Amino acid sequence: MLPNMSLQEKSQKTAHPSGDNRFKLLDRAITKHQGRGDSLIEILHVAQGIFGYLENDLLIYVAHAIKLPISRVYGVATFYHFFNLKPNGEHTFVLCMGTACYVKGAEQIQNALEEHHHCKFGQTTKDNKVSFITARCVGSCGLAPVAVLDNAVVGKLTRDESIKRVEQMRNSVKATEQTVQEVVV
Amino acid sequence: MEKYILPNIPNYHKIDVYEQHGGYAALKKALQMKPDEVIDEVKKSGLRGRGGACFPTGLKWSFMPKGNDKPKYLAVNGDESEPGTFKDRQIFEFNPHMMIEGIIIGCYAMGITSAYIYIRGEYRKWIKMVDGALADAYAKGYIGENILGTGFTTNIYTHCGAGAYICGEESALMNSLEGERGYPRVKPPFPAQKGLWGMPTTINNVETMANVPLILNKGYDWYSKIGVAKHPGPILVGISGHVNKPGVYEVPTGVPLLTLINDPQYGGGVPNGKKIKAVIPGGSSTMVLRGENLEGVNMDADSLKAAGSSVGTAGLIVMDEDTDIVAVLARIAHFYHHESCGQCTPCREGTGWLEKMLHRFEHGEARQEDVEMLVEVANQIEGNTICALGDAAAWPVQSFVKRFREEFEKRVKVKEEVEAA
Repeated sequence: MLPNMSLQEKSQKTAHPSGDNRFKLLDRAITKHQGRGDSLIEILHVAQGIFGYLENDLLIYVAHAIKLPISRVYGVATFYHFFNLKPNGEHTFVLCMGTACYVKGAEQIQNALEEHHHCKFGQTTKDNKVSFITARCVGSCGLAPVAVLDNAVVGKLTRDESIKRVEQMRNSVKATEQTVQEVVV
Repeated sequence: MEKYILPNIPNYHKIDVYEQHGGYAALKKALQMKPDEVIDEVKKSGLRGRGGACFPTGLKWSFMPKGNDKPKYLAVNGDESEPGTFKDRQIFEFNPHMMIEGIIIGCYAMGITSAYIYIRGEYRKWIKMVDGALADAYAKGYIGENILGTGFTTNIYTHCGAGAYICGEESALMNSLEGERGYPRVKPPFPAQKGLWGMPTTINNVETMANVPLILNKGYDWYSKIGVAKHPGPILVGISGHVNKPGVYEVPTGVPLLTLINDPQYGGGVPNGKKIKAVIPGGSSTMVLRGENLEGVNMDADSLKAAGSSVGTAGLIVMDEDTDIVAVLARIAHFYHHESCGQCTPCREGTGWLEKMLHRFEHGEARQEDVEMLVEVANQIEGNTICALGDAAAWPVQSFVKRFREEFEKRVKVKEEVEAA
């Protein structure tokens, strides 16, 4: 996409050269924020919600659309932990490792899950179903130990319960359509 | 005690219910007053910020320049990412309108036309709730143009963070609002002179804003009599860790820590009748206290300061006698290493060294001199960085080693082993 194209011209375009309709959703969000550089973080949130992760081409596209240097967009995308530059599995299991959760045995849950599902935290299971991620503190210390399963907070976890939950995730069907809807609205 | 911030009223988060119980009356009252009178009222109430630094709110507001020659901004800090802190979430969920009312009053007092509520990205559900509450308040004419026919105009927006602890620091929060990396700025200039987009800005905590309508409604005199005189008001205490009933409890300031932990109304005691080994009183960056030294320590700024800690965000983490103190500190050090923004060398490198050294302690590979070195590295970080994250990383290390030295010395590798290796 040409960098010197005005926003209006862009919104009038019917499709991205790649023919990927998801760019239309992204363009709509950029227009909503009037293409301002200040809204970079909001736009990256939307972009990640639509595409699942932020690949380099997508970052370049965003940079051109809101007239920022590519370095700035890349810098912001890498600074914040929320943004993934690599794809995750279909589901995410984010285990909180904050002080309260740690004291309540989050590490035992981590070890049990790693052993049972043969996947280390920071990686995705071989079937590409579940990504295991650790978080610093998700702000639900009263429910410790806590995990965030596909955006839903689950508290007072036990080892058996977490293994069961992950198994359910591995057996379930894809549910990304709904999340896309949620982010755009 | 009666509860004001989190009262037991069903559906209090709905604007109709909130209005039935006297909601938005404080706003109407404030709009009849002169802006300076509102600031004065808050000043006299003695309200101190609930975000950790305990700075007097009225004083902070009075730093804002008068007049309308420049746009001014209010940023409300709902980034709470400190391990052990989960109080703002309760306000977003159960009493968003009180916070919104406080924000509008603050905007009126300081002549601000745009306010931003910065909420951490993990709180997507609560961002939606606050957005809903804002829409209701707009519909009723409490926010927007010509509020309640007084000619005063202000707008409130939410901003979703993206998972960076450092963005809870006020100047990093402003950079993040501007769509930049969340790097703290060098002060001075202070935000009241040069903040968001270079304009005068005030940053307040969510809980602080929720306290403002109370002061206006019932008068500064009434408010200043709640709790202790130097740090008055209701405070939300988050109790977590080894207690029977973890959760957020509203109490007047100055309640003894032991009451908070053991009283069946609050924490309900330690499970299985175990002893308390350690307590972190105000979120992971405040200094740890030994379980046997809790007698006479209360939940307010001065009492905790005298005990060698601070009130922080009132996120109380309780650890029982079986807790591995070294492992806990290693975990905290890992957190600060991970969250250091990387601008200042002492913090970027120092937090990494602390983590590595504590890893050695945890796995029995530390040397005798490492105990001293831990403290030395922490001392090198403290006070030598742009923002308070460096201090926040140093304080737990300093206090854990000072108050639980024997735990660290126990983990040192014995000399013969070192020589043999």
